[in-house]
Amino acid sequence: MARRVLIIEDEPNIIEAISFILTRDGWQVDTHSNGHDAVSVVQARAPDLVILDVMLPGRSGYDILTDLRALPATQDLPVLMLTARGQARDRELAEKAGASRFMTKPFSNADVIEALNALVAE
Amino acid sequence: MPQRQLTGGRIRERRIALAMRQADLARNVGISASYLNLIEHNRRRIGGKLLLDLSASLGVEPSALTEGAEAALIATLREAASASPQPSPDPEGIEDLAARFPGWAGVLADRHRRVLALERTVEQLADRLTHDPYLAASMHEVLSSVTAIRATAAILVDPREIEPEWRDRFHRNINEDAARLAHSAQALVGYLDGAGKADAALSSPQDELERFLLSRDHNFAELEDDVAQADTVIAALIDQDEALQSASARAQARLYLERYRRDAERLPRARLLTAQLEADSAEDAFDPLALSLRLHVDPATVMRRLACRPQAVAGLPADWAHGETRIGLVSCDASGTLLLRRPLEGFDLPRFGAACPRWPLFSALNRPMTPIRQTVRHSGQHGRLFRVFAVAQPVGRLVYNADPLFEAHMLILPLAETMPQSAALSKSAPQGDAPRLVGVSCRICPAQDCDGRREPSILTDGF
Repeated sequence: MARRVLIIEDEPNIIEAISFILTRDGWQVDTHSNGHDAVSVVQARAPDLVILDVMLPGRSGYDILTDLRALPATQDLPVLMLTARGQARDRELAEKAGASRFMTKPFSNADVIEALNALVAE
Repeated sequence: MPQRQLTGGRIRERRIALAMRQADLARNVGISASYLNLIEHNRRRIGGKLLLDLSASLGVEPSALTEGAEAALIATLREAASASPQPSPDPEGIEDLAARFPGWAGVLADRHRRVLALERTVEQLADRLTHDPYLAASMHEVLSSVTAIRATAAILVDPREIEPEWRDRFHRNINEDAARLAHSAQALVGYLDGAGKADAALSSPQDELERFLLSRDHNFAELEDDVAQADTVIAALIDQDEALQSASARAQARLYLERYRRDAERLPRARLLTAQLEADSAEDAFDPLALSLRLHVDPATVMRRLACRPQAVAGLPADWAHGETRIGLVSCDASGTLLLRRPLEGFDLPRFGAACPRWPLFSALNRPMTPIRQTVRHSGQHGRLFRVFAVAQPVGRLVYNADPLFEAHMLILPLAETMPQSAALSKSAPQGDAPRLVGVSCRICPAQDCDGRREPSILTDGF
């Protein structure tokens, strides 16, 4: 059975590219593009893993992740955070919020696949 | 002694410039050439009648010999010495330096002025890079475009087969993102180009609004008197101004002007001026609480009306602030975000929030509806004193059983006394009635041992 990943990202062309490479790699990909209802979407779709952008319309990825970690069903859900920033402060915020991994834009496709495979292996 | 040294050097300089022999000048003023020689080499004190005679004989004002053009030079050198982190080896030697080596002293003073100008630019750039929402959004846009292009291009160069439909789609995406990247990068470069120039074109909506307000000196006569159709006037003001380019800036301008009109209706300028002229004292004429009580208008409205009045009004006691009639104003919402800035020389206001937490503006938020009057000393280069008034009032309508939102205002009036920066920042400054030391924001504040510090200062700790 294919592993299911939910991409929460607001850039349509990034969604399309990541969806393509992950689908080709055998993932079942689902997408969502705003922060308002991201937590309830994660709960409803129950993915095996989430790729979460930090800067989303409506709500930041840090806040969404903090909420997810407070819920029993998602407290251990592997989450790969994507951000356009890469400073130590942003990494600290991601770790504090509970990110499983942190990746800075622009990233390579190979790095994304490697990070996801490592997360599911953990 | 230093003053005497200067005067002697200037006498000698002036005499030589006139090609006058020492003996001739000495004879003219009734002293011996050897005594004049001692004076010119700063070994004898000079003053009174002899100074007057020498200046008359040399064809200059006495002050040109006692003060001369070096006064400004010396002041700059003193400023440079006080700004240096190292103690000045010989404070009195400054005047000697200016007298004996005016060229080198001029170079030193010029370098000091250059350092000040560069520090100012650094402050502006640091403020912008740290807090500018436009810059943050632009960088996010650029990086998002680059990410999309990189991810898509990597798919296209992958030797694995791609269906033609997908390939065409990715080509189209790359084209779109490349165009978006080019546009974002051009806008960003234009924005950064202007970052270090005081008069450069401004780009963020907040910049646009502030440029609009400054171009009008925060004063809109069109909205002061009876206005039949205020909405039309406001729309015309916004449409006719070239500074207001973005939709956000125009929306902010509309909110500002609508409040301006409401304030003008509630407190007409003539009524405010009359109250100021009838005030019991010159100080009361600019005291927002005293005016509020007299006019039966809330203090925040009085502050806004004071700050938007023409800065020079005939008949007003302009000397209340020792010759200064300019007034600064800053307001913030309950989150501390600055909403309105009317800057005042010597009291810089950060452009993108993150202001000094020691401002009475924020104290007012802790004590809503309690007017605050405080003397503050600014930690900037000149350590100027200001009298500030602050108050936090609810915004919007009051509703039963609902906490109101508060908005705070702070009116800033200059006081004349200044103090060297080193003294202003002294840890041993007297407490109690001493002025409260305030800054702009932590990043560009040199104050030491401040309990409110959030981050190191680039002025004292570097980047």
